[in-house]
Amino acid sequence: MAELLTPEIKARIGTASPAIRVEVTRRDIQKYAVSTGQRARKYLDGDEAPPLFHFGYSMEILPPEQLRKDGIAEDKLIPPLPLKRVMAGNSDTAYHRPIRPGDRLVITRRLKDIYEKAGKTGPLIFVVTETEVKTEAGEPVLNEITSLIAR
Amino acid sequence: MPKFEDIQPGDALPSRDHTAGIVQLFMYNAAIWNPHRIHFDHAYATQEEGYPGIVLDGPLQGDWIGQVVTDWIGDDATLVSFGYANRQAAFLGETMTAGGVVEAKDEASREVRVGLFLKNARGEVTIPGHAVVRFR
Repeated sequence: MAELLTPEIKARIGTASPAIRVEVTRRDIQKYAVSTGQRARKYLDGDEAPPLFHFGYSMEILPPEQLRKDGIAEDKLIPPLPLKRVMAGNSDTAYHRPIRPGDRLVITRRLKDIYEKAGKTGPLIFVVTETEVKTEAGEPVLNEITSLIAR
Repeated sequence: MPKFEDIQPGDALPSRDHTAGIVQLFMYNAAIWNPHRIHFDHAYATQEEGYPGIVLDGPLQGDWIGQVVTDWIGDDATLVSFGYANRQAAFLGETMTAGGVVEAKDEASREVRVGLFLKNARGEVTIPGHAVVRFR
């Protein structure tokens, strides 16, 4: 199989996005809880965040004219890939403690790996990223590994 | 809420149906700040990207299977890990069933591993998942 991944692409493995700093509000947790149809009182009241609440914090906040035509902000962590059809893959999170209102969090995304495999219908590129959420004081909150597949 | 002592591999977790309407989907994408047009712009999703309708966000459906676990444990256990895999898309108006089953139980650590699923109306598992919880 021909190598699709250039040295320039592979050189990006190990790089990180600039840290995102957020102050968690009860209202943000309540919005997330209601919009996902939660039933637990602690989530609806915003006392504690549901397990996937942190997902929105990796969304870059940009004005509309800086978004792509499909509305997505370009992911600066992932280099342009030679295969363009990108499918959402897996998400696996290890939890250390819940997110609560008033938390001041530091979120870092790292490009952990990019590799290619021969699929049944052609080559596949796997992109693995890690999102680390800690408090400003350095207490671990969660670590999420996500993977995307390009074909 | 389940008692750790009573839990057995093979136990089914209570399942729940979800049918997201356009208002709920709007609220979700606003809450997570997601401007991806396939989730709110019907003409764009169908004409430009060829989808049969407005696409439900993968992480929203991942959250639905997460709720199978968090509703089951209540405050009797903590979530140690949770994962899901987007295998197949789902569209606005579809009813999705979230459920799970106990796969393993470790007496020493008081941890329970559950397998999770989201199924569409045709019974296809569109999002499998898994979680580990630790009982107090």
